Formats: sequence, C-alpha cells, structure tokens
Amino acid sequence: MLLIGAEDEEKWLAEGIAGIQHNAFYLHRALDSNNLRDALKYSAQMLSELRTSKLSPQKYYELYMRAFDELRILEMFFKDESKHGVSVVDLYELVQHAGNILPRLYLLCTVGSVYIKSKEAPAKELLQDLVEMCHGVQHPIRGLFLRSYLAQISRDKLLDIGSDYEGDAETVMDAVEFILENFTEMNKLWVRMQLEGPGRVREKREKERSALQELVGKNLHVLSQIEGVDLEIYKETVLPRVLEQVVNCKDDLSQYYLMDCIIQVFPDEYHLQTLEMLLAAFPQVQPTVDIKTVLSPLMDRLSKYAASSADVLTEFLQVEAFTKLSNAIEKVIEMQVDMPAVGAITLYVSLLTFTLRVHPDRLDYVDQVLGACVKKLSSIPKLEDRWATKQLVALLSAPLEKYNDTVTALTLSNYPRVMDHLDNGTNKVMAMVIIESIMKNNTCISTADKVEVLFELIKGLIKDLDGATDELDEEDFKDEQNSVAKLIHMLYNNEPEEMLKIICIVWKHTMAGGPKRLPFTVPSLVFSALRLVRQMQGQEGDIVGEEVPATPKKIFQLLSQMIEALSAVPSPELALRLYLQCAKAANGCDLEYVAYEFFTQVFVLYEEEIANSKAQVTAIHLIIGALQRMNVFNVENRDTLTHKTTGYSARLLKKPDQCRAVYACSHLFWVDGQDGIRDGERVLLCLKRALRIANAAQQMASIARDSSGPLTLFVEILNKYLYYFEKGNKQITAAAIQHLIELINTEMQSDSATSDAFLASTLRYIQFQKQRGGVMGAKFESIKL
Amino acid sequence: MNYLVGAFKPPCNIFISFTDGRSRKQVPLKKENGKTVMVALFQSQENIVGEVVIEPIHGKKVEHNGVKIELLGQIELYFDRGNFYDFTSLVRELDVPGELYERKTYPFEFSTVEMPYESYNGVNVRLRYILKVTISRNYVSNIVEYQDFVVRNYTPPPSINNSIKMEVGIEDCLHIEFEYSKSKYHLKDVIIGKIYFLLVRIKLKNMELEIRRRESTGSGPNTYVETETLAKFELMDGAPVRGESIPIRLFLSPYELTPTYRNINNKFSVKYYLNLVLVDEEDRRYFKQQEITMYRNLEAS
Repeated sequence: MLLIGAEDEEKWLAEGIAGIQHNAFYLHRALDSNNLRDALKYSAQMLSELRTSKLSPQKYYELYMRAFDELRILEMFFKDESKHGVSVVDLYELVQHAGNILPRLYLLCTVGSVYIKSKEAPAKELLQDLVEMCHGVQHPIRGLFLRSYLAQISRDKLLDIGSDYEGDAETVMDAVEFILENFTEMNKLWVRMQLEGPGRVREKREKERSALQELVGKNLHVLSQIEGVDLEIYKETVLPRVLEQVVNCKDDLSQYYLMDCIIQVFPDEYHLQTLEMLLAAFPQVQPTVDIKTVLSPLMDRLSKYAASSADVLTEFLQVEAFTKLSNAIEKVIEMQVDMPAVGAITLYVSLLTFTLRVHPDRLDYVDQVLGACVKKLSSIPKLEDRWATKQLVALLSAPLEKYNDTVTALTLSNYPRVMDHLDNGTNKVMAMVIIESIMKNNTCISTADKVEVLFELIKGLIKDLDGATDELDEEDFKDEQNSVAKLIHMLYNNEPEEMLKIICIVWKHTMAGGPKRLPFTVPSLVFSALRLVRQMQGQEGDIVGEEVPATPKKIFQLLSQMIEALSAVPSPELALRLYLQCAKAANGCDLEYVAYEFFTQVFVLYEEEIANSKAQVTAIHLIIGALQRMNVFNVENRDTLTHKTTGYSARLLKKPDQCRAVYACSHLFWVDGQDGIRDGERVLLCLKRALRIANAAQQMASIARDSSGPLTLFVEILNKYLYYFEKGNKQITAAAIQHLIELINTEMQSDSATSDAFLASTLRYIQFQKQRGGVMGAKFESIKL
Repeated sequence: MNYLVGAFKPPCNIFISFTDGRSRKQVPLKKENGKTVMVALFQSQENIVGEVVIEPIHGKKVEHNGVKIELLGQIELYFDRGNFYDFTSLVRELDVPGELYERKTYPFEFSTVEMPYESYNGVNVRLRYILKVTISRNYVSNIVEYQDFVVRNYTPPPSINNSIKMEVGIEDCLHIEFEYSKSKYHLKDVIIGKIYFLLVRIKLKNMELEIRRRESTGSGPNTYVETETLAKFELMDGAPVRGESIPIRLFLSPYELTPTYRNINNKFSVKYYLNLVLVDEEDRRYFKQQEITMYRNLEAS
C-alpha cells in the first residue's frame, strides 16, 4: 500500500461524510413517512460508506461516528413497531437481506439490540448470533469498529441482563460469555492490524493501533461494570479467559495494554484474590512488553488498597501477597533475559513500596527485595544507565522515607550491597539522602556497629572511591562534607565506652578522607570527642582504675592524632583552634601536661605554619583568650606560655596589631576568679608597652598622613586602663589615667581630627562613674576631665 | 374510417373468468410486452372451472361455426420462434355452430387437470398455461381470446436432505472447508453454513456466495445454456487468518427463484448452483460451485 498523503485522506473522509449525509437525508425522509423499505435501503447505502479502506483509524472513527448517530435514530424507528408494522422477528430477518456484509451486520446489530430489549427471544441466543455473525468482517479496522458498535449498542442491555434478572447466574454468564467472545475477536483483529500492509512503517502502524486500543479495552470495562460479575465469576471465567487471550495473542502492544487494562478496570479486591493467576501471566508475555509499567501500578494499587482498612490487610496476609508478587517478579526477570536493568529495578522499587506499605513490620521482606535486586545486578558492577541509577536511588530511598529512622536501614544487610552498584556520583547522592534522612528525623545513632555500617554506606562521601576521577563541584563538595560533619554530631551514646568506640570508628573512616575532607570532618569529631570528655568530667567519680578503656587521657591522645592529621593537611589555623579547644578541655580535666602539650602544639603551629600576618593576629588573640582561662598550669609552665605569647604579640607585623595584641596580653596576668593571678605590675607593663607601640604607630601614621587609627589605639588602651582601674589593680592609678586622657586630648588637637565617638563615650563613662558615687565614684573622683 | 375500424375489430368481446376467481390466489405474470399482470394460480390436479362470456358489439351479429375452449400447456423456445409445443391440450365445446345476437354465458370445467410442469419464464424458454376461447367462423378469421394462468406445484420436503460439505483448495495456497447445511432448499429457505479456513497464504479481499441459475434448452447439438447470477451475497470482508470460521446465512426469499426443473418435456432444464467466490487483493477470483436442489414447499409459500 502506498503511503497516503494527509490531504488525500481528508478528501476521502469528506467524500465519505458527504455520502453518509446524502443517504441520511433520504433515510430521514423514509423514517418520517414510515417507509421501512426505503429506510432499510438508504441506511444500507449510508453504511456502505464505512466499507472504505482508505482511511486511517482516526479518520475512520470520524466517519463511524457520523454513521453511529444516524443508526441511533434508526434504532428508535425500529423500536416503534407501530411505525413500520413489522414485527421485530421479521425485521431481524429483513435486514439480513442486504447483499453487502458490512451494512448488513450494522443493521443486524441495530435490530438485534431492539430484539433483545423486546425480550421476544432469549437474549443469550441473540447475543450469540450477533457475535457469531460478526465473524464475517475480517478486516481489522472495519471489524473492530463493527464489534465496537455491537458492544456499544448492547451495553445497556448487557448491564440489564448481567445485573437485573433476579440475580440469575445463567443470564449473567450469558452476558459475560458474549462480552468475552466479542473481546477475544476484537483483540484478534487488533493484533492482526500489526501484520497488515507490509509497506507501512511499523511506527505508524503502532500509532494507529494505539488509537484503537480503547475499542478493545472497552469490553473489559463493560465486564467490570456488570454487577453480576462477582469474584467467583471473575476468578472462574473472566480472568482466565482474558488472560488466555492476552497470552496467546503474542503481541506486545496488546499484551501491554490489556494487562494494564485488567489491572485498571477491575477492583483491587479481585486482584488480590486472583493474584496468583494474574501474576502467572506476566512471565508468559512477549519479552518486549514493558512489564514494569504494568506491574508497578498493580502493586501501587494493591498497596493503597491494603492501606484502606485493617480487614483488608489481613486478607493480604492470607493470600501471601508479598510472596506471590516477589516470586512473580523473580520469574519475569528470569524469563525476560534481555530486560534492561532499569526495568528490573523499577519492579523492585514497586515491590518495595508495596512491602513498605503493606508489611511495614517485615524488615526481612525489605531485605529480601533488596537481596533479589542485588542478585539481579550481580552481573553489572556499576550501573551506567542514568534511568537505572535513578530507580536504584528510589529503591534505596524508599525504606529511609518509610521508617523515618535510618537505623532501620542500617540493619538491612543487603542495603550496602545495593549501594555498591551505584556509580560514584550517585553513590554520593544516595549517601546524602541517607544523611539528610538522619538529620531530618533527628535520629541518634548510638551503637558502634551501626556507625560502622553507616560509614560503610556513605563511604562515597568519606573518602575518594576507587577510580573516582570526576571533577568535583566545589559547592557540592562543601555541602557534602558539611553534611558529614553534621552527621558526626548525630552519633551519640551515653555510655562513654561505646561513645569512644563510635569516635574511633568514625576517626578510622574519616582518616582516610584525605586533605580535602579533614578540615570538614575533624572539627566535628573533635567536638564530639570533647563532649565526651566533658561528660566524663561530670561523672569523674565513676572512673575507677586503669582498666576503664575510656579515659580522658586516651581521648586526648586520639584528639591529638586527629588534629595532627589536620595540621598536616595543612590547615594550621583550624588545627590551632582545635588544639586550643582541647587544651581547654584538658584544663577542665585537670590534666596539666596534656594541656601543656596542646599549647606546645599550638605554638609549634604558630611558629611553623602560620605565616600570614592576619592569621597570626587572629591566632594570637585566640591563644591569649585560651591561655587566660587556663588554670591548670603551675607557675613555671604558665610563665613559659605567657612569655611566649607576649613575645609573639610584640612581634606582629603591623603596629596597631602589635599594640592590640600586647594590651590583650595584659589579661594573661590578671585573671578574675578565686585563685586567679593578679600580677598588676606586669599588667601595667603590658599596657605601657602597648602605649609605646601606639605612639610609634601614631608617628608612623603622621608621617604617612594617615587616618586617625592610632588615636583609636589610645582610646582602646584607655579603656584597658579603666578596666583594670575598676578591677582594683593598684598599679593603675587615677593619675595614669588622667595622664592618658590628656595625652589623647593633645593628640586630638594636633591631629585636628574630628571628635571621636569612641572617645566621647569613654569619657561619658568616666563621667558617669564619677557621678555614681559610692566606692567607685570615689575612685574616679580624682580623674579630671 | 369507422367502417374500416369496424372491419378489423372483432365483432364481439370475450371474457374468461374463473368461478373461484375472487378467492383464488393471484400471482404476477410477466407478459411478452414486458408488463406484469396478476393472474390466477393453480396447481396440478385442480379443477379449473369458470365461464366464458361472449358479448357481441352492439347491433352486430356474430355468425360462427362453433365455440370452444381449450386448456393448453405450452413450451415456447425463443430460439425456435413461433413453435409451441403443447404438452397439454384439453378442449371443451361450448356451442354448436349458429349465430350470436346478444351476450351469452358459457360455463366450462376441466376437472382434475394434469398439469405436471410449472409455469416458467426463462431466458430462452417459456412454459405457460392458457385458456384459449375460439369462435370459429367461415371465410373470416376466427375470433380468439386467451387467458393466462399460472401453475405451481408443491412438493413435500425431501426425506433425505444431506448437507453439502467439502474441502477444497489450491495447494500450499488456500485450503478451505465449507459446509451448507442442506442440499435441497425450498424457495423461502435459508442457507446456513460456514466456511472454515484451513490455510490462507493469499491475501483475500472478500468472499461472496452467488446463487446461479443454469437454464439449458434444446437437446443434443442444439443445446443452449444460459447462466444467470441471481444473488451476490457478501459473506466476508477482509482477509481471514488460519482457523477462522465464517458463518453463512442467506435468506432465499428476496430472490425470484423457481424450483429446480429437470428435463421438462425433454425441452429444457433449470438448475440452481451455489457459487462460493473468494477474491484476493489482485482481484483474482477463486470459486467453487455446488448444485443445490430447489423445491416448492406448500407451507413456506
């Protein structure tokens, strides 16, 4: 057959429609004058237009609908015997005189429906006759439409027969038989379309066929609407017959559509009770049938159905729905050797969803599904297919979502094995999903074993995987590592021993992460460990003897390993901060030498690794802050450390930085608290030194005609003076303050600088203290502004 | 003019009527001039009773050598134009020679007339029954009037009526098995049957069942055979596949069929055939013809 141009087709359709209209006109006239002879003649002529072979299914449908409308009118006429005076029995014969089969059968169906309605003959026989006579039309499209007409015109009668008739099982079966027969024949015709016209393109043919699928499916729909079709009939007759047809037609399009249709039109309850039978059909269909998109909705529907009520759920258990589904899927995968991985995985996803909904308590089922998936994937080391990967992620995500508790997933032995099949990128994504799930649900992972498993799962994030050469997006990487860092905080156990184990495990894993990851993970881990330390500190009394594995000492050893690793990255600033944190913790534990060791490390880092002046400034201030709080050191150690600190402070590059560091150092000699050091002399020394530096800075600034920076330094130093003055440092006298204020004022004038807010408020503060009276007021009295 | 007209016009009118004409069934009969008239229907062994009315044209006197009525059964073969073979000829004298002045009625009766053959109007042959009234005259031509009537004979349903069942085909191409439920059908019968496709390797387009009438006239070397297709009834549309079974249901009533006539008076035969025709996509026709016997059934007519 030649490829038909759309234009020609339009023309043919127009001609066909014109032919129908023309004859319909005379038909109406005949009907108006109650002329049966002419009515039959013109209706037959009109229906002859449907004999065309030139139209595509869509166009043919248009034509068919025109004729269909006219036939409804004719049917009304047939119904009214008073108009034509011929009994329906005779009419039934009369229409069969037509020479052409197609018009004849359309008319026969039309009269047949009137005949059934009249109940003058057993519906069963009439239906059988009609469905049998329609065999005469073997042309796929024409046959399909004819049978579709038969189905349509008999539909309401069938529903009557199938439902009314006092629940007579016989009549229900008659209706069922009829529909099944018609369905079978229609499907055969539909399948045959595939083989027609060798010149045509396969795709076009499939498109055309798809356009007609509903004609076939309609039969199943009608079956589902017949009230009389109960589970018994469905199980014994309807389903076996339909499935037989589905399997035997050996046509992928048909099989796909019909299986889907069965699942969609019949109630879930039926599916559940006939699950075995239904599923048995799947391995028998053509290998090209996309089973996953059919089976998935089934499981979906079933799981929804299961959720509808508790009674239903017990039914699921009774019929062992899971086992059946699981077996069916296994079989399908076994039979369809060529099924792509994505198909198989999709099936498993559906099954898993089903399991999670129907048997949330059966973790073994979940694991079983995952295990089956692993088995299927065993031949493929890594999935390359994007869709398959996506499905696999869905598979792995489902349990996480369901259980709101990632710990559950950790107990699934097959879970990590499935993850192994993901490519590196996706593996990471999946790991992220897991972490997110943990974070979202605030799940605390509290045993070392689980932590071990968890880190095994997310190893994609923890270390570079083999062969990972992919370019990393910086942002993504940061996100990932931040997530890992967050995750570390979710690992917690009240038992120090277990907690230590957890920390060790995490460290073991994170250690392998390499220089890029450590800066993210180590801080979390360090703080996690420090929390443990603090916790133990709280229960100090409980720690007895050396046998206890979790002692602060051990932890500190571990900590120093961690931070050392970090400093080797190198990430000295971070390491420095962490050392300081550790030192503080050690201070809390009263472990002087440990704290000292940490400080030593700090200074080593400072000396060797921190070269950037800005970083140095920050570091110095951090050191000062930390050191100031230490109370565990003996005098000697402390002196060594403070000495070092002040020394470094004075050797900073920029004068203002020097100045600030130095006056900050003053705090090292003045610690509030019960047994704090109060070495007023050295405080004053620091401040004076700071003043000198400020002076030098100011001179340098005036040479460079720079900003009023140095003046700020003076004010800052003034504030320090005031602080110590208030704290009662005897070395800080009102006179010294007075002197400093004057100095500032002179500088202000010479500098012709605008009034400084900081200074103003400082002065205001002095004023305030003076006026406040009391001890403090008296102290301030001597300062003159 | 009037004189002339009068000269050729028969001097009287003759009417032939049947006693039970009103109640007797009338059937259409096609005349030579193509017109269809309704005439009385008889069957063999019936009494044919009626009367002949002779009505002289006003004021005319009809002199005659006698009046008779004949019942003739004639076979007319068209190729042998003008020759009638009377297979039945019965005569009743109605009047002795004399004169007729006024309307006169003559009753007549042919009792239990043997009329073995049915009236038939074929392509090459006609079998007809007539009543012929003749007023014999001297010197001038006889006055003759005809009245056609139709004879139909009914036969009881045959005691043996086998189905026709046959498997035919073209090797490796097309094999079908067909079945007609009976071999003998009455005129209002229905042909029921089915065609079963055992093998289909050709692309069929459609299939139809034809009813063909074969009329043979004459005998020996002068036999003329005329075949007419009386019905074309489409049985199937499109191409079937192996294993498909196509039903046949053909009502015979719409077609003008006659019973099968075998060797009527050694002059002619009329036979009926069912011709199953399969047409492929290249419009090649494959067919198989089977004779069926038609008979007239009293109940069904």
